[in-house]
Amino acid sequence: MAPAQVLQHVLTKYAKELLPEWLQLQLSGDTVRSDLMREGELREQSREFLSLLAQAAVTGTENLSGTAWTTIKEFLAGISRSRALQGFSPTETAMFVFSLKEPLFTRLRAETPKDAEALASSLWQATVLLDKLGLYTAEVYQKNREEVISRQQRELLELSTPVVKLWENILALPLIGTLDSERTQIVMQSLLQKIVETGAAIAIIDITGVPTVDTLVAQHLLKTVAAARLMGADCIISGIRPQIAQTIVHLGVDLSEVTTKATLADAFLIALRRTQAQLPKALSG
Amino acid sequence: MDRIPILKLDDFLLVTIQVDMHDRLAMQLQDDLTARIVAARARGVLIDISTLEIVDSFIGRMISNIAGMARVLDAETVVVGMQPAVAITLVELGLSLEGVRTALNVDKGMALLRQRTYEESRI
Amino acid sequence: MPAPIVLGTAVLPIRTAEDVVRVRQATRENAVAQGFNLVEQTKLVTAASELARNTIDHGEGGEVRIERLADLARKGLRLTFSDQGPGIEDIEQALKDGFSTGNGLGLGLSGARRLSNEFSLDSAPGQGTRVMIARWR
Repeated sequence: MAPAQVLQHVLTKYAKELLPEWLQLQLSGDTVRSDLMREGELREQSREFLSLLAQAAVTGTENLSGTAWTTIKEFLAGISRSRALQGFSPTETAMFVFSLKEPLFTRLRAETPKDAEALASSLWQATVLLDKLGLYTAEVYQKNREEVISRQQRELLELSTPVVKLWENILALPLIGTLDSERTQIVMQSLLQKIVETGAAIAIIDITGVPTVDTLVAQHLLKTVAAARLMGADCIISGIRPQIAQTIVHLGVDLSEVTTKATLADAFLIALRRTQAQLPKALSG
Repeated sequence: MDRIPILKLDDFLLVTIQVDMHDRLAMQLQDDLTARIVAARARGVLIDISTLEIVDSFIGRMISNIAGMARVLDAETVVVGMQPAVAITLVELGLSLEGVRTALNVDKGMALLRQRTYEESRI
Repeated sequence: MPAPIVLGTAVLPIRTAEDVVRVRQATRENAVAQGFNLVEQTKLVTAASELARNTIDHGEGGEVRIERLADLARKGLRLTFSDQGPGIEDIEQALKDGFSTGNGLGLGLSGARRLSNEFSLDSAPGQGTRVMIARWR
């Protein structure tokens, strides 16, 4: 048998034997995390991996970018995602692949007892292959972690800018801190959603606590006001400091269609009048 | 659905757009509304789009047409229940629904229509 | 810059009103699959609706190719509408915002462009029309 085919041969012929040997090695290792995954699930993942590996290896193991390797890569991506969610570390996840080396090498040695060259080349082939697959698993894990983190950040943003009900029909959104484009969009969308939920007629967007406003943020603010109007509510922007007013004018942003007030209190009074609410004696004096 | 049902609420008519509209259905709705406004002597039309996840220029045109036709018959049109994602998209799209007032829900829409009726009756 | 990878493709015919509904649904499903949020989905589906209707009203029917894309750092959705209809005579005119006045290509094309990150239009009288829009996240 040509040296190049030894690996394929072993994977296909000894699939049944490799599974329990590999499984036992994984279970006795220190990256198994039996607190996170039951043995049955690990067995199933291992079995599937071996099967897919044998199938793909038949077409050659030099180049992993071909379509023959897509299925096993998708499988590994799935394992990486689910293990990340279960709480495995990147190392523990990649070890799933690397741990196959030992039982596989044992089999390769047994298969080529007299042919040193065939053994050497098949061992090399196997180690390169499992290294690539193990690294791939770690990469996918990393990307998934980044996605989870950015999603958590977004959710945190939503929670950190609560919309307040000031009065019947009047909402206020006090914005604090620097606004970037993404945060502004999320916050504005949640304001519009609150308007629908509470049936508020007026929403006051207060930017007293915002040090600077750039063009993108100003545009998002204006689009939010326009969207609220389309929906049937109205917006007042309050807390525009002189510096921000200058920036806005310099940026060429047109605020003529929007009611603006210097303070939240002023905006609140206007809102009360517009919604023709009963003013308590103290305020209407 | 063959035709969009039209409900009568006091002096007003309520139409709920729930399905994907196409030309035939839109024409049918406009015809039916014209007839009902006259028959019921309705002073206003409420178009409920609260279940519409997409409003494109076709729907926009249909709403404008309905509003125009209703105005000729001395009825005012109010669109209610626009979803936030739809509103944001329409702003981006540049569609402005000229000549059509909007309200957050049917109750507020009716209040808007009643106010106009009240104001006119005092002339 | 290397071209993005196409993760999956779907081609849908656009000949009837029901087809327009299917194009919207397919766009929605693919947008969800690519992880777009609700507002981004709405923009994509609305743009698709405009262009699909255009394909029927002005292009005498055609098809759309929906491609899920992936790049090094981001995911995208690309829709290409094509028809063998009469083609557009004056592209500049067709792309003008035509919302204030009645019908016309301007409504669909300029609107779809505004709702997308990428837009391209290829058309000439007698040579049909191809419109591509794409959105990235």
